[in-house]
Amino acid sequence: MIWRAVWTSHGPPSYFIKGPKGMKFMPCSYREWVIERLLIAAAMVSVVIIAFIIITIFRTGLPLIAEVGLFDFLFGMHWRPGHEIFGIFPMMIGTLLVTLLSMLISVPLGVLAATFLAEVAPDVIRNILRPVIELLAGIPSVVYGFVGVIVLVPFIRTYFGPPGFSLLAGSIVLAIMALPIIITISEDAICAVPKSYKEASFALGATHWQTIKNVILPAARSGILAGVVLGSGRAIGETMAAIMVLGNIPAIPDSVLDPIRTLTANVALEMAYAPHGPHRQALFATGIVLFVAISILVVISNRLRRGQQL
Amino acid sequence: MSYTGERLKIVVRNLNVYYGKTQALKDVSLDVQANKVTAVIGPSGCGKSTFIRTLNRMNDIIPGARVEGKITLEGQDIYGNNVSAVEVRRRVGMVFQKSNPFPKSIFENVAYGLRINGLITRESGSLRERIEKALADAALWDEVKDRLNTSAFELSIGQQQRLCIARALAIEPEVILFDEPCSALDPIATAKIEDLLRDLKSKYTIVIVTHSMQQAARVSDLTGFFLLGEMVEYGLTSEIFSRPKDKRTEDYVTGRFG
Repeated sequence: MIWRAVWTSHGPPSYFIKGPKGMKFMPCSYREWVIERLLIAAAMVSVVIIAFIIITIFRTGLPLIAEVGLFDFLFGMHWRPGHEIFGIFPMMIGTLLVTLLSMLISVPLGVLAATFLAEVAPDVIRNILRPVIELLAGIPSVVYGFVGVIVLVPFIRTYFGPPGFSLLAGSIVLAIMALPIIITISEDAICAVPKSYKEASFALGATHWQTIKNVILPAARSGILAGVVLGSGRAIGETMAAIMVLGNIPAIPDSVLDPIRTLTANVALEMAYAPHGPHRQALFATGIVLFVAISILVVISNRLRRGQQL
Repeated sequence: MSYTGERLKIVVRNLNVYYGKTQALKDVSLDVQANKVTAVIGPSGCGKSTFIRTLNRMNDIIPGARVEGKITLEGQDIYGNNVSAVEVRRRVGMVFQKSNPFPKSIFENVAYGLRINGLITRESGSLRERIEKALADAALWDEVKDRLNTSAFELSIGQQQRLCIARALAIEPEVILFDEPCSALDPIATAKIEDLLRDLKSKYTIVIVTHSMQQAARVSDLTGFFLLGEMVEYGLTSEIFSRPKDKRTEDYVTGRFG
């Protein structure tokens, strides 16, 4: 989008060209021109930053992937930086599992909540719930992690078995953190369904629930999926809360009660102990994997929201 | 006003409708005869759409809308305590101003009403037959029979409107309400729908809102003229257009305002 703005404003601005009746240079148009350039410059800042990040992580991480081999790096079962063995497969599985499991919890909950807000809730309740959900999105992740450690981990340890720090604990915490995104985007999608569909369904003798289930939710499907994809992006990218409740053992878990380590946790935990050398490079390489995964999710989400086919 | 010897389908008595504090309809009383086309005409904002939306309780879903008075369908009060809006709408179908097919296939659009009303069992044979019949009754079958599984949005606007009619016919209502069904259509598509209306009245009771007086004159048996929320005059279409009793009706049908 930013690029389009740059390209279309190429060439001399039309307000500098003399009009058909020989109109002279207009001073207010010059201001327009300056403001337009300023806006483009502001937009370019984020592009420059992204480019800088990409260059940094790829320049540091790629040589290590080249040395270890992409296959061995991605599918290696062991992560032993001391022996220069860098396999991130257990952590990829850890990230994948915690993301899937958290979505399993948050998607039904989020979509039902969004449906309630958009279709059922009276204005009074809606006006209370919306700010609460937005507040949920604003709470720092360390607070979620803290509550997880204080409440959830001991609960799981007591009732399901030790150690408590587990895939299950992480999935629940990340599910709660992904909820605001899923609810907000799904609600927007549901509200964007044309009212005429709803009227048509009602006029055929459908109940409100039948209309929601058969017409409104299917029509909002791509928008809801976009929310789900962005929500999973949140779960994949979350670091602090993950470190606090997941246990951080880089191994493939046997059950939901086993501890796991995610890709983000890997980078955050070991960066301080890896000032230079292959270990540091391996952490940047982990960052590349994360970057690629998130980019794919963002592209999918944007396409879904524009209603395109994948 | 009633015409003896005719069977009454819907009887409206002292109907008042409010949106919040605004009164949209004032003390309307009107009889809808079975198997006739009743047209409702009047300038924009006269309450004619509000009026037909009370006949299938579509105003129920508008927040702040309040309906007073009595409307009976075959003698049964449709706003009665033991009557659900869902049941009323199953018996009184509706076709809207803007064609509004669902984002589904042609087949599924017509099947929708049958499915949600539990009118169909899983035998696909009988479902197909009923869909073919509904599409045929809406004069659309020949145009779509080879592409029932394509999206309804691939049809022209006129075809989409006939699809909406087929969808309404599929569940076999007793009354069908048309809310300016041709306002977005070209003359040819409009003529097709008007032909259809004349065919449909042998089986259904039809109420049509239209802003076109010519259309009312062409398709309807009876016409009610609404102005500023009141029903000014109601009678045989031929009389409303040739010998209106009220000065305001005469001014409107002769094109002096509106």
